[in-house]
Amino acid sequence: MPDRQIAAAFDEPDCAVNRAKPAAERQLGCAAAALAPGAAAGGCAFDGAKIALQPITDAAHLVHGPIACDGNSWDSRNTGSSGPQLYRTGFTTDLSEIDIIQGGERRLARALRQVAESHRPAAIFVYVTCVPALIGDDVAAVCEAAADQLGLPVIPVDVPGFVGSKNLGNKLAGRVLLDRVVGTREPADPSPTDINLIGEYNVAGELWQVRPLLDRLGVRVRAAITGDARYHDVATAHRARLSMVVCSKAMVAFARGLHDRYGIPYFEGSFYGIGETSAALRQIALGLAAAGGPADLPARAEALIAEAEAQARARLSPYRARLTGRRVLLYTGGVKSWSVVAALQEMGLTVVGTSVRKSTEEDKDRARALLGDDAALFGQIPARELYGRLAAGEADLLMSGGRTQFVALKTRTPWLDINQERHHAYAGYDGAVALAAEVDAALHHPVWHQVRRPAPWDGAGASACR
Amino acid sequence: MSVIAPPAPARLDGRPAGRPAAKACAVNPLKISPALGGALAFLGIDRALPLLHGSQGCTAFALVLLVRHFREAIPLQTTAMSELNTILGGADNLEQAVATLRERASPRLIGLCSTALTETRDEDIRGDLRALMLRHPEWQDLAVVYAPTPDFAGSLEVGWASAVQAMIDALVDEGPRPRHRRQVNLLPASHMTPADVEAVREMIEAFDLSAVVLPDLSGSLDGHVPDDYVATTLGGTRVEDIAGMGAAQITLAVGEHMRGAAEALQRRTGVPFRVLERLTGLQAVDTFVETLMAISGRPAPESVRRERSRLVDAMLDGHGAFTGRSVAVAAEPDLLVSITRFLNELGCRIAAAVTSMPAASLAGVPGTAVVGDLDDLHRLTEAAGGADLVIANAHGQATADAVGAPLFRLGFPVFDRLGAGHRVSVGYRGTRDLLFDIGNLLIAGRTVPTARGHPREASDHDHLHAPAALGCS
Ligand code: SF4
Repeated sequence: MPDRQIAAAFDEPDCAVNRAKPAAERQLGCAAAALAPGAAAGGCAFDGAKIALQPITDAAHLVHGPIACDGNSWDSRNTGSSGPQLYRTGFTTDLSEIDIIQGGERRLARALRQVAESHRPAAIFVYVTCVPALIGDDVAAVCEAAADQLGLPVIPVDVPGFVGSKNLGNKLAGRVLLDRVVGTREPADPSPTDINLIGEYNVAGELWQVRPLLDRLGVRVRAAITGDARYHDVATAHRARLSMVVCSKAMVAFARGLHDRYGIPYFEGSFYGIGETSAALRQIALGLAAAGGPADLPARAEALIAEAEAQARARLSPYRARLTGRRVLLYTGGVKSWSVVAALQEMGLTVVGTSVRKSTEEDKDRARALLGDDAALFGQIPARELYGRLAAGEADLLMSGGRTQFVALKTRTPWLDINQERHHAYAGYDGAVALAAEVDAALHHPVWHQVRRPAPWDGAGASACR
Repeated sequence: MSVIAPPAPARLDGRPAGRPAAKACAVNPLKISPALGGALAFLGIDRALPLLHGSQGCTAFALVLLVRHFREAIPLQTTAMSELNTILGGADNLEQAVATLRERASPRLIGLCSTALTETRDEDIRGDLRALMLRHPEWQDLAVVYAPTPDFAGSLEVGWASAVQAMIDALVDEGPRPRHRRQVNLLPASHMTPADVEAVREMIEAFDLSAVVLPDLSGSLDGHVPDDYVATTLGGTRVEDIAGMGAAQITLAVGEHMRGAAEALQRRTGVPFRVLERLTGLQAVDTFVETLMAISGRPAPESVRRERSRLVDAMLDGHGAFTGRSVAVAAEPDLLVSITRFLNELGCRIAAAVTSMPAASLAGVPGTAVVGDLDDLHRLTEAAGGADLVIANAHGQATADAVGAPLFRLGFPVFDRLGAGHRVSVGYRGTRDLLFDIGNLLIAGRTVPTARGHPREASDHDHLHAPAALGCS
């Protein structure tokens, strides 16, 4: 069963990387690129699936496996909820040796009952991790029986880490939503201005920076998939008129699934930076108008864009003066390899390089166009090289994820978090200004003068004494 | 007052391994995987690289947690097992991983920790490793030590102990050796911070003894800024020094979970050992100091006497803040023993004591220790009528909020406060610091009756003029 799903997840006509492969190779999918033992560094499929689904805040997320999967990872992401807090609770079957010898099905069945009875979730997602997959637990059957007995959706998410990367996990999660959740419920109040935001996880509350803009246009987010989401909203996502895929390649397949099954058009965009935010609003307005929404929507969007852009640029200008010409190294990947570049350039920064890990050819083209230089595009940098480049002063600021944070700081280089664990929201016009403020604070922090001082025994004073 | 009477005889709640009652599912788990504990122990060795034998996700999670706790770049690698490798066996992945790491990072030691995935299939990892080392005579400059750390058996403490024992079995020269009168071995507990380890070493050195510390996080994870990039640990116990542990006069092991490792060392070298239950609390540190006096044949130096006197003074000044206050604690077994005994000695009531796994040492916990999760901590605390303070790792925040008490962060992980690795709570001075930190939280959180009968937050004013509020009546 897992094999079939995975093959389907890789059937990616829109993926440029995959399209370029010969047919035989294409069938193997991206998973065929086996990881290098001793040189791999990334999350597993389970990790990716949990990232994609956990922001369904009124559902319980039960991790079926021994302690490593959930014990080391629960309560680690900063995605906000405006209501239910159940999604933050870590549930795991915490399989013991005996469970593994006897099979984990009975424990899982009892765990489902316990979760349903003590927490009354809207639904339960059951993540199948490596060990239960290896010993062949029939999780699908247990979930089906439990759903009947408990009277709520119990959804198996078959994502043992050994099948592949975090990215694959994102895709598999999208697949599960398409197959098991979307379309299972009709909305009470469908409207011609309903949209889905796909791949928007509400990290640090970014969704809440975008929503007010949409509100002003009368555009409603039927489902954010998934950020600050409710199970039943996701279930009605098939009644939206338009989908926007926000900064995510992994979830494009999900958007296309919505298109193929329910005829919902979609586009890819980003809310990072003023220009991209305006472009996204424009496309939403045009898309909805074309799909039978209000005909004056595009005009209203233009008015909003003009006003908001003028405001944002005015607020940005003091930062521009301070930031122009400062050099940033961007170490992220995927869509952000260009979308964040655009946002940084708007505030006058010079992006000296961007990592195009996990980026498609299209992403790379856009990055290339923005940077005007092929040399500025790079893949994975080993920590040692990153250290060397920062120590040599190649950049004034590193923007990356938490794992390279301490590589940067050890070279006494300012660092800013751009990945999922961060606490600052950078979306929309307000987010663009907030990002400038953060960059400014990082670059001009008084601490750099302090920590770069030579020690008393190394400095000028020491030689004077000799 | 019964709350400050000597603790009643404790038990492990009579229940066998696993969870309290019939709980089928851990809710907000307290447990951390043993593989992470094993990796942490290997991080205390100089020029080492821990390697988890399993799928990449296990390493990624452990890595993120370690980085967030210590705020350091952490070297940690994976054998990157895929579904196919898992079925066919992991020897090839292991070989590739070791070869790659040796080439890229030239470590002196690779610490191989298994995971649930590789142990479920009953792989003969030890055999695979032996065959590999025979096939690669060029790997002689490298020690690869295998520690069994399946996720389905035990918690962080178990993995740490397993790795230390594995290093003893693999690296210590066998047989009795000429003893150095002034050398001791120190086997720190898994819950000791790098700064704790340093504090204990300094105490040992104050008696003109020198210690081989296995593992020594104070050398590697103490948060220094190196001059150049290294892909392994930088600092920690040297492999050569581990080999010579048979020359010590005695081995001091901290925490009951280190008994097995101390025994292994004795079997190998004949070095006798002593297990110190804990190093926090006046009485416990006194025992430690008596031991050092006996080993060294020296009186306690002035600095140690002075620190003891300061601790005694702090206990005299501060015990009122603890009297009758109730504290809910969740921690790994030996840390739970240490902190609950300390609190009990200062007059606190233990509202709830929850731990991650069954362990013999839990008999030392005042009252009843329950094996469970943070949800149990919440439940038991409510059942006990609430608590004035919650002590747990950073995940305990939600429990503390639910209980309406402040959280004192202790254990692993602490990812939302600075300096987790720099806190000292062992020795006379560390105990005194701990007393101040916890005492201040209790003082800040205490309420006094008001005229209308509504409790309000106490102020400094109350502290000066209303000693009754401290519960000393
Ligand atoms: S790789 Fe497998 S066992 Fe490890 S965390 Fe991921 S799902 Fe769990």
